[in-house]
Amino acid sequence: MNLFKRIKMHYKIKKKKKLNRSFWGSMGLFTVLLLFGSFSAYPLILTASNAFKPLDELFLFPPRLFPRNLTFDNFRDLSALIGDSWIPFSRYFFNTIIITVVGTAGHVLIASMCAYPIAKYNFPGKTLIFTLVVYSLMFAPQVTATPNYIIISRIGLVDSHMAIILPAIASSLGLYLMKQFMQQIPDDIIESAKIDGASEYRIFFQIVMPLVKPAWLTLIILLFQRLWIEDGGVFIYSEELKPLSYALRQIAQGTIERAGTIAAVSFVMMIVPVVFFIFSQARIVETFSHSGMK
Amino acid sequence: MSTTNTDKYNLTRRERFVRDVKKNKHNYVLMAPFVILFMTFTILPVFMSLGISFTYFNLLETPNFIGLDNYRALFLEDDIFIIALRNTLILAVVTGPVSYLLAFVFAWLINELGPRLRALMTLIFYAPSISGNAFLIWLLIFSGDMHGFANSYLMRLGIIDNPIIWLRNPDYMLPVLILVQLWLSLGVSFLAFIAGLQSVDKTLYEAGAIDGIRNRWQELWFITLPSMKPQLLFGAVMQITTSLAIAEVSMHLLGFPSVQYAGHTIVTHLIDYGMLRFELGYASAIATILFLIMMTTNLVVRSVLRKVGD
Repeated sequence: MNLFKRIKMHYKIKKKKKLNRSFWGSMGLFTVLLLFGSFSAYPLILTASNAFKPLDELFLFPPRLFPRNLTFDNFRDLSALIGDSWIPFSRYFFNTIIITVVGTAGHVLIASMCAYPIAKYNFPGKTLIFTLVVYSLMFAPQVTATPNYIIISRIGLVDSHMAIILPAIASSLGLYLMKQFMQQIPDDIIESAKIDGASEYRIFFQIVMPLVKPAWLTLIILLFQRLWIEDGGVFIYSEELKPLSYALRQIAQGTIERAGTIAAVSFVMMIVPVVFFIFSQARIVETFSHSGMK
Repeated sequence: MSTTNTDKYNLTRRERFVRDVKKNKHNYVLMAPFVILFMTFTILPVFMSLGISFTYFNLLETPNFIGLDNYRALFLEDDIFIIALRNTLILAVVTGPVSYLLAFVFAWLINELGPRLRALMTLIFYAPSISGNAFLIWLLIFSGDMHGFANSYLMRLGIIDNPIIWLRNPDYMLPVLILVQLWLSLGVSFLAFIAGLQSVDKTLYEAGAIDGIRNRWQELWFITLPSMKPQLLFGAVMQITTSLAIAEVSMHLLGFPSVQYAGHTIVTHLIDYGMLRFELGYASAIATILFLIMMTTNLVVRSVLRKVGD
């Protein structure tokens, strides 16, 4: 093949590749993205901006998206109400921290411990467990809510944080994602550690666990956002064990002059998981590239 | 003994099983905590629910076996359950496929962007699903007086003259619920699609360009979709399960119970009987029906999707 032909072919390929991305096609797609992006962002922006509006602007007609006079009054009112409450507010905060941290950490550890053998070994019972896990993704937790209440009350966990934490720890989506992610760890790494005389438990804790850090973040965000807004429901009735979400809702359940405080509460509940996601997004997306189902 | 059940060490099937279990002792130890909790709080309840659904049980007295009475009552006497069933199916048939499609289309469009813009758009679309109770802002947007954002805009544009009572008028309640539910629906499957698109082998596109693939639609159909099949299956499971379990948004936006039960779903019916009236037998019958609907839909859709592109 002479040089001319080769250059011509190269040009052809380049031209073809350009054809794949027509200008108007791109403009159309980006318009769609912009339109739906605004729809998705609008309520969140409104939630945030309401938290910084003075009370009179919240009831303006016509309503405005952004505040004219930015204020922190709503947050000041919120903290004042917090100071007045019967139970010290730090108590609610502490309860939520316990539930979220113990639940999330427990989930990451225990789901990973279970995912590792399923991803890397063959043994009796493995297929059964994993099949059950995949099937359990096919029904929502609401299905098991009633019997779960009976089980938790029989074990004697009602009115303790464990009533919320234990079922959350065994969330099957986390196990599923972790197992899929662990499967792509090369077997060589595990084999060579074995030859060096490392025990199975050491291989898991010192080699496998550090390698799956991106998947940790995914399991953390999925469980964190669920436990963060947990209000105790029917499981926790003692006031001093109730979590933050419950207390904030009590405050928000006021009359019209509480509207600003309600906005501040929504903002606080929203911003924490969102900020966490902003900082861990890249690694979370990486985990999901292994989420596929056969 | 039979020779077919022995391997090279001359072990019977049973001995081999014992050997395998012993050899993998550490694996069982690692799995034990999760498996015990998972069995207790996820698998056992499914069977309990089935069992209790044949009884009258109020948590205080011992369950009383009544056969299929709960199911008979549900389908023949409980008009509200039929409304709930109807609403659930409408919600699922609309939000399930639409949210699945939206999650894929947005992931696909976002994939064309540069890394920074892509991260921003991912955040914008994913954020609603992790924002806790932020969906309550829709109460303000669809507020029934003229201060509501929707009413205010529509009135200023001259489309309507009087404010619409969005959340209390049965004509508008389901559509509003569908809209909010779609807003919330770009969750894990959306992330799975984004990740799936990023991991499609780039050389396939170059090879495709040489083989005569002309535009992005052909690229999507012949290269992208087949490479992403596992993520597409996973996403389908997630969207189906969520779309059949709509309840929380309905209870908060439309009220519980909602006007003329227009926002009532199987799950809100379940919460009504299980958590408020403590008629656990009846609630379990509802849960069992919901379980069957979810499993059948998932298994049917999965077997259909598996065939696509084969």
